[in-house]
Amino acid sequence: MKFFTAIILTALLTYAIGLFTNLPWYSFVFCALIIAIAVHQKPWKAFLSAFIAVFILWIVLAAIIDNANEHLLSKKVAEILPLNGNYTLLIIVTGFIGGLAAGMSALTGSFLRKIK
Amino acid sequence: MRIIPFFISAILTTGLIIALNSQLSIGNSKTPRLGYFLSPQYGFWQNAEPANVSFNDDIKMPGISQQVDVYFDDRLVPHIYAENDADAYFIQGYIHAKFRLWQMEFQTNVVSGRLSEILGEERINTDKYFRRLGLVYAAENSVKAMEANPETKAAADAYTAGVNTYINSLEPQQIPFEYKLLDYKPEAWTNLKSALFLKLMSWDLSGAPEDLTYTNTKAYFGYEDFLQLFPLKQDSLDPIIPKGTVFEKPEITVTKPTTLDSLYLGKNNIISNQPPLKPNKNNGSNNWAVAGSKTKSGKPILCNDPHLGLNLPSLWFEMQITTPEYSTYGTTFPGAPTIIIGFNDSCAWGVTNAGRDVKDYYAMQFKDSTMQEYWFDGKWQPANIRTEIIKVKGKPSIEEKIAMTIFGPVMYDKSYLSDSAKPENIAVRWKAHDGSNELRTFYKLNRMKGYVDYVDAISTFECPGQNFVFAAHNGDIAIRQQGAFIAKWEQQGDFVMPGTDSSYMWQSVIPAKENPQMLNPERGFVSSANQQAVDATYPYYLGKPNLFPPYRGLIINRKLAAMNNITPQDMQMLQTDNYNVFAEICKPSLLKYINKSALNETEKKYLQTFINWNLRNDIHEQGATIFKIWWDSLETAVWADEYAKASVKLSFPEPSTLIEKIINDSSTYKFIDNINTPNKETLEDVITLALKNATKELEMLEQKEMLEWAKYKDTKVQHLTKLPALSTLHIPIGGGKHIINATTSVHGPSWRMIVHLTDKIEAYGVYPGGQSGNPGSKYYNNFINQWAEGKYYDLIFIKKQEARKDSRMKWHTVFING
Repeated sequence: MKFFTAIILTALLTYAIGLFTNLPWYSFVFCALIIAIAVHQKPWKAFLSAFIAVFILWIVLAAIIDNANEHLLSKKVAEILPLNGNYTLLIIVTGFIGGLAAGMSALTGSFLRKIK
Repeated sequence: MRIIPFFISAILTTGLIIALNSQLSIGNSKTPRLGYFLSPQYGFWQNAEPANVSFNDDIKMPGISQQVDVYFDDRLVPHIYAENDADAYFIQGYIHAKFRLWQMEFQTNVVSGRLSEILGEERINTDKYFRRLGLVYAAENSVKAMEANPETKAAADAYTAGVNTYINSLEPQQIPFEYKLLDYKPEAWTNLKSALFLKLMSWDLSGAPEDLTYTNTKAYFGYEDFLQLFPLKQDSLDPIIPKGTVFEKPEITVTKPTTLDSLYLGKNNIISNQPPLKPNKNNGSNNWAVAGSKTKSGKPILCNDPHLGLNLPSLWFEMQITTPEYSTYGTTFPGAPTIIIGFNDSCAWGVTNAGRDVKDYYAMQFKDSTMQEYWFDGKWQPANIRTEIIKVKGKPSIEEKIAMTIFGPVMYDKSYLSDSAKPENIAVRWKAHDGSNELRTFYKLNRMKGYVDYVDAISTFECPGQNFVFAAHNGDIAIRQQGAFIAKWEQQGDFVMPGTDSSYMWQSVIPAKENPQMLNPERGFVSSANQQAVDATYPYYLGKPNLFPPYRGLIINRKLAAMNNITPQDMQMLQTDNYNVFAEICKPSLLKYINKSALNETEKKYLQTFINWNLRNDIHEQGATIFKIWWDSLETAVWADEYAKASVKLSFPEPSTLIEKIINDSSTYKFIDNINTPNKETLEDVITLALKNATKELEMLEQKEMLEWAKYKDTKVQHLTKLPALSTLHIPIGGGKHIINATTSVHGPSWRMIVHLTDKIEAYGVYPGGQSGNPGSKYYNNFINQWAEGKYYDLIFIKKQEARKDSRMKWHTVFING
């Protein structure tokens, strides 16, 4: 239960901080950190829940935008980066990077909680 | 010991975030900050515009005095209806910024030498180039002139305020895509930036970059041979003002320096410094107007297509501007107020480049290496030192010290791109340095009611000199070559001049009324295509003839003379015509001198294709490719042996020179001979050899299935960063150099416009781009296919009450003061 609570809270807080503030793009990692401190889980679970939260959030957000855009920009960016013009791969890379940053931060939060 | 995993984890996390928040180097390029760039709520995803985007909006903002209505048609062309000038230009600035902000700023960064600030140290040499050429200095002078005139000051101020209102309204995640990719932020717009943009056009169109290489070529070959390579006349010239026109006695007499032969024509100085970039030599344009006597409707038709580098976002942005006083439509420059090429209720206008040389170089003598004093008219004169700070991304700034002389900045000296032990100090005198108010001309053209207003509007236009074509609903047609042109003695400024005495200075500007011009000629049309404006009876020297390509002018005049009952559709056909008049002139000579008995089967096959060719550079023609490669190979066979041993950069002769020598005096033209062989080659030898050499390349192309003209030419419209992913590549389109449809690989008709001056104006236009500068918008490059196919859009020019009901108006934005 804690696992799902952490996922949902991390995703919600990450989305809200992007929507309602002008804080830097990486502010969401502090959301993951705070949730990991608040919702006590084993380190690997904390990592996984934050990873899944932001991975899915970013993929869903990117996919919605991309769909409405008919892949015009994602194809171009996937050529520049270079991912061979593969926009699906670009969406997954997007999710992975967000997930990894959040997961690492949650892992740190979980270890911090253990110290106390 | 639980603290250890925490520390390790914290350090790894911090490291990861720092890495994702940094630009990483990969090879020569840098990635964006990946975490930021990929973040769906901050990064590039935010620039992916929905395909069904709506531009319906109500925007409340300070800065306008009354309500402004903007209707966007289905091509995203804004039609601005404002109650006064200030509001109109404010909204023009706002809309330019909304659709083209990155481009506007980037282009002014190029010209003000600020690319290293954005892109890093590999751009330092080009930044120094623009700084040393004095572009910022020139723009500063022009801002003063622009702000001295109350009308243009008000227009520029309102425009700048509009741009800044848009910039300030942007949330961080809304900044254009390229800022995120290259990782920087928009800064405030200023009137100086508008002036800088107009100077970019001056640089592109009055650059005359050949003076240095001409100087070297003259030194290398000697003055006599130089004239053989760069003759002072062109046989095929059909000037803008027809031959035989009588010119009035000149008001100005020009005095030649007494030391001309010893210190100038006979002096052989070598300039080792070479600019890191040059304006494209093909920059040019076509324009013409036909009188009612030649049209089906009895009303004039005006046509214009400026040939410039083909870029995305496009240089141009279409717009209608309407106030209670006037209404005008055309293309605008994102970066400056007013309509640049277009029409209003009663008149239309267009421009081609005059190509006159208003940029000359002087060799200076400085007292010592501090460059504080230079020798001029028998004494040491103090030079001011202008300091320019060049910021460099990730590196310390560079301080560039530029000595300012009576002529202008010292562009080349030991500190800049010199590979010589004792380089010359070269100062540049450029008309664009002088403050001038080009904006006034466009401001007045937008509002003109007839010929008198047209003359008034253009009479103050200084630089870059243009051929302004004009047509009016009342039946008038006219053309005038206008600019501040220097009254020069023959060959003044073709080479680097001595900077030590005043006799080589520019003496005066030719009075505007003596500029080449024509109103309602009997032949029923006026035209220009960058050829020399007048023949040798004109009382002033125009500059090196080879600055002016003769062939498009020749074919346009020939076709217009033969046409009658002209319709706008006929003009569309003419503007996109692919007939190669240069090939028509060359073909008989190539066939006369080719030695068929020396050819093998493959060579004969290509020769036969060439013989059967219809002289059109259409998409699928193979003959056009064969001609191009054969001709290039001939030029190499003729010139390369003489040029091979030069250690400095030289100028290569023009195609017109070679073909005219072949036709007129091939037997005595010494360059035909290959100086590396004991034999004396004849024209027959080199033309045959050229086809043999060309065949090797042609066979390779045929194997790759690239023999067809459009495939060989491979036209593309490149993004300003040159990134292929943001460019449109492999565009199927014919045309080429010397052809009315002047589309080459990266250059060509950047806007095609046809205006029929009937009671209700009928107009057509297209440009290779799209209204949105956002690569994530479907309006980014949506005109390119239409342009390539030679098709046009109807330009919608309507009153506000019609716009409200017109089904082609797709969106409506209301701007209200608040």
